[in-house]
Amino acid sequence: MSADQSEGPLAGVPAEPGVGKPDAILVADGVIRRFGGLTAVEVDHLEVQRGVITALIGPNGAGKTTFFNLVTAFDHPDTGQFVFDGRPLGRLPAHKVARRGMVRTFQLTKALSRLTVLDNMKLGATGQRGERFLPALLPLLWREQDREIEQRALDLLARFQLDKMAGEFAGTLSGGQRKLLEMARALMVEPKMVLLDEPMAGVNPVLTQSLLTHVRDLRDLGMTVLFVEHDMDVVYDISDWVVVMAEGRIIAEGPPRVIGANPAVIDAYLGAHHDAPTTDAEEQRRLDDAEAVIEAEAGARPKGRR
Amino acid sequence: MNWGGIVENALRAAVGDFAAVFALAAIGLNVHFGYTGLLNFGQVGFMAVGAYGIAVAVTYLGLSMWVGLAVGLGASVVLALLLGLPTLRLRADYLAIVTIAAAEIIRLTFRSVSLRRYTGGSSGLTRFADEFYAVNPLSRGDYGFGPFVFSHRQTWVLVVAWLTVAVVSVMVLVLMRSPWGRVLKSIREDEEAARSLGKNVYWYKMQSLAFGGIIGSLAGFVLAISTQSVQPDTYSSAVTFFAYVVLILGGTARVLGPVVGSMIFWMLLSLTDNVLRAAVREGHIPAAIMSGVQVGQVRFMLVGLGLILLLVYRSQGIFGDRREIELDVR
Amino acid sequence: MHLRILAVLATALFLSMVPGVPAAAQESGGGEESVRGTITDGDGEPVEGVDIIVETLDGEEVGVATTGPDGSYELELPGPGEYRATIDQETLDELELELRNPDRATLEFPVRPGQSRPLLFPLGESTRSISGTFVRALQLLVEGVKFGLIIAMCAVGLSLIFGTTGLVNFAHGELVTFGALAAWIANVLLGLHFVPATVVGVLAGGLAGAALDKGLWRPLRRRGTGLIALLVISIGLGLLVRYIFLYQFGGRTRPYAQYVAQRAISLGPITIAPKDIVSILVSLAVLAAVGIALQRTQAGKAMRAVADNPDLASSSGIDVERVILLVWAFGGGLAALGGTLLGLTEQVSWQMGYQLLLLMFAGVILGGLGTAYGALVGSFVVGVFLQTSTLVISPELKNVGALLILILILLVRPQGILGQAERVG
Repeated sequence: MSADQSEGPLAGVPAEPGVGKPDAILVADGVIRRFGGLTAVEVDHLEVQRGVITALIGPNGAGKTTFFNLVTAFDHPDTGQFVFDGRPLGRLPAHKVARRGMVRTFQLTKALSRLTVLDNMKLGATGQRGERFLPALLPLLWREQDREIEQRALDLLARFQLDKMAGEFAGTLSGGQRKLLEMARALMVEPKMVLLDEPMAGVNPVLTQSLLTHVRDLRDLGMTVLFVEHDMDVVYDISDWVVVMAEGRIIAEGPPRVIGANPAVIDAYLGAHHDAPTTDAEEQRRLDDAEAVIEAEAGARPKGRR
Repeated sequence: MNWGGIVENALRAAVGDFAAVFALAAIGLNVHFGYTGLLNFGQVGFMAVGAYGIAVAVTYLGLSMWVGLAVGLGASVVLALLLGLPTLRLRADYLAIVTIAAAEIIRLTFRSVSLRRYTGGSSGLTRFADEFYAVNPLSRGDYGFGPFVFSHRQTWVLVVAWLTVAVVSVMVLVLMRSPWGRVLKSIREDEEAARSLGKNVYWYKMQSLAFGGIIGSLAGFVLAISTQSVQPDTYSSAVTFFAYVVLILGGTARVLGPVVGSMIFWMLLSLTDNVLRAAVREGHIPAAIMSGVQVGQVRFMLVGLGLILLLVYRSQGIFGDRREIELDVR
Repeated sequence: MHLRILAVLATALFLSMVPGVPAAAQESGGGEESVRGTITDGDGEPVEGVDIIVETLDGEEVGVATTGPDGSYELELPGPGEYRATIDQETLDELELELRNPDRATLEFPVRPGQSRPLLFPLGESTRSISGTFVRALQLLVEGVKFGLIIAMCAVGLSLIFGTTGLVNFAHGELVTFGALAAWIANVLLGLHFVPATVVGVLAGGLAGAALDKGLWRPLRRRGTGLIALLVISIGLGLLVRYIFLYQFGGRTRPYAQYVAQRAISLGPITIAPKDIVSILVSLAVLAAVGIALQRTQAGKAMRAVADNPDLASSSGIDVERVILLVWAFGGGLAALGGTLLGLTEQVSWQMGYQLLLLMFAGVILGGLGTAYGALVGSFVVGVFLQTSTLVISPELKNVGALLILILILLVRPQGILGQAERVG
């Protein structure tokens, strides 16, 4: 990839917030979400290009996860709307958004602990006849389909090197394996677009490489990927386009190298009074520092009780 | 103390009508709580609408008892919808509060003086199940072997009751191995994950509530038919708590858990009841400490204590695998 | 840890075996027992066609007696023991008659062997037809205020416990009963006057709350027991303790030694017993004090901080466990006071708190689960609603109305009046 210019479908697209894309699969328009007095998300316009990997970055509290929730209908905006694959999402419930072909993962992995790895996978398949109450009572009606699903699940598990674990409870998997499982499970839905919320968080470096490969594979299989990530190396490494959020707004977007040099982005992360970092390593260190502080605050934020 | 008689009674209790009733009630709870993770604390409400469905249909509306069964089943579905609509989108503990409140509403309504004409008020209704006994294929006499000898009427009730338990258990077995059951279990584990995979969580919870509720109303049928009476205060919240003990004792999310749990539960209750009664009668326990009336109260204390001890020390039930429960701590 | 939980349970069981208040014998004896009486209206004219329903304390119906042309009735009983008689409100309504004291529609009484027990159901002039709906509404409003304040007092602890620990405490009603019973023992068995006995009850309630936290809930929290499991444990605990109360105290309702029957005084259009005025004033004073304490004192601020956000409170140096212990003690004491005041007007029984539990939940949910002020407001509204609803619905169904409202609130505004919507994710 060149230093300041994007290649492929996004070649020639100017690096400015809200810029139009040649073939947008997801369009957000005037999306605002408030919690009490706090405006968590305020996105005037955002387009996500089909078939590429887009990274969503920004300091914690920038509204990235809230934005994810809004896109996937786990939460609804106060105003504004999303258009996915040419059709407005309106107030569609989350499960219908997923069935339209937009599947997400979660920041805290949601492996279904007391289901086997294989069952976790098979759950992801859509249009299962045996998921209706009455047909479920007659295995004859769904056994054939179930077998096909199982085969597809096993193939995917093999690709993610989880096939040996197929019969184990998902709760026995390590943190990294759970991330893999969650990604593989999302693929069972056969999505057009995958949203990954911090796919590399808490994963050891060895597994990170493997995860990165899988994310690239998704794009090569024709899927669109939008992911939230903090590790700038990862972002530079695999993303084709980067969107930067701060305080709920989109403050910049563009190819990774352009974004890395954008003073507004550096300000957002480090505060306006810092000098621009001299080296990548220096920047990384500062980002890590900033993040540690933000993380500590986030840990103290109220969590939904359940 | 007549140990032979006491043991015989305990064995009979393990296969008696109450064991069957609570097995059914707990199977319903297993669908709710064990498989879907729904905290239904109003299972007795489903039993009550089932039982009163028959009783009112026969005595007030003058319908056939068989139509009454349909009325009871219909009523339990309606109850599930009424309960589920407002609460299934909310946190689990809200469902617990609402269901326990709903069961209480049902009991108070059935026992209210203003509905006396339909429900018989606090005295309830009786003699509505003659049709059931009329189709008894067994001729007059006693049936069974060893301690398990019952009159032809009891035998008929027990055969039908346990057959119902068997059929329902097989249904649950098939369902929980199907993709439908897989969705329920995924909701128990993490409903947001299920939603993110395109499952209509709300609708599945509703189906689970209705299906388990229908099984609960079957328990109400068996109880009403076996005693030929319905009384509102039979259907107090304590019944739901009993069913929870039965379920957790046998092990949640196991098809046979509730059945085994119920048999053991009633055997243990019969044992303690009879031993205490005999001890009081024969003066082993001074009257100042325990009277005959108080023996009945000890039962409730034991159930409460059992619930605490089971959850603190063996939440996987007596046969369960501890490791599986530990996976729950995420 | 295990040992501690076992010790608590063993103590509970031991307490249940200590000989308690002798339960009235219910064994059957010889003789012919019956209840009888004569119903006359306010002018002393006999009333025909009124039903009196007699049942045992377990709720088993013995029979229904109907007054004859001379207003008299009689019903044979199966044997001596304790019974409950209820005058059928509906038959009274049809005759446009009303009890002089609507709280006395149900009587509980023992019957000795061979006794023919006379029952009194004095009728008054129907306030409904004579004094008009407005006065009646006013009267009910005052009763509702009294009841609502009592619920509020009991429910503050319930809400704060939920806020600080996430536990939905289904055994909270037993703290209410415990306080009332402790006060009753001090008052009737030990001969203390009602006022110091109330103090004893409140102290006992506070201690019980603290002991429960220290002996049971804190160890379970340490183990990382899930909230659902804790909820079920609280149900088991409630059941255990409730039946220990029944075992010890018997199934009867019993009055305190003082202020049993007070002549109601007239305040403008309404009549009210002095003890009810005192009850309202005491509740108001205590709740105001609670409000101020939560707002101003160090401990109160800490409680609200922990209820609001345990993690943040902990990271800002608050000793969360200590605050939780305080919440339990404080909630237990308030529940006990509520129980004692409730016992003052409605007498003391083994399940008085349990019967209040769902109303507390209704109040707490109405106000917003986890908030202290929400619980106050919500419970108050529930109490007032409960009493005034009897204007239009039969009093025996007033609880049904309140619980239906609870469900409706969840449908419309699940976070309650004062609660805030939760953030997803």
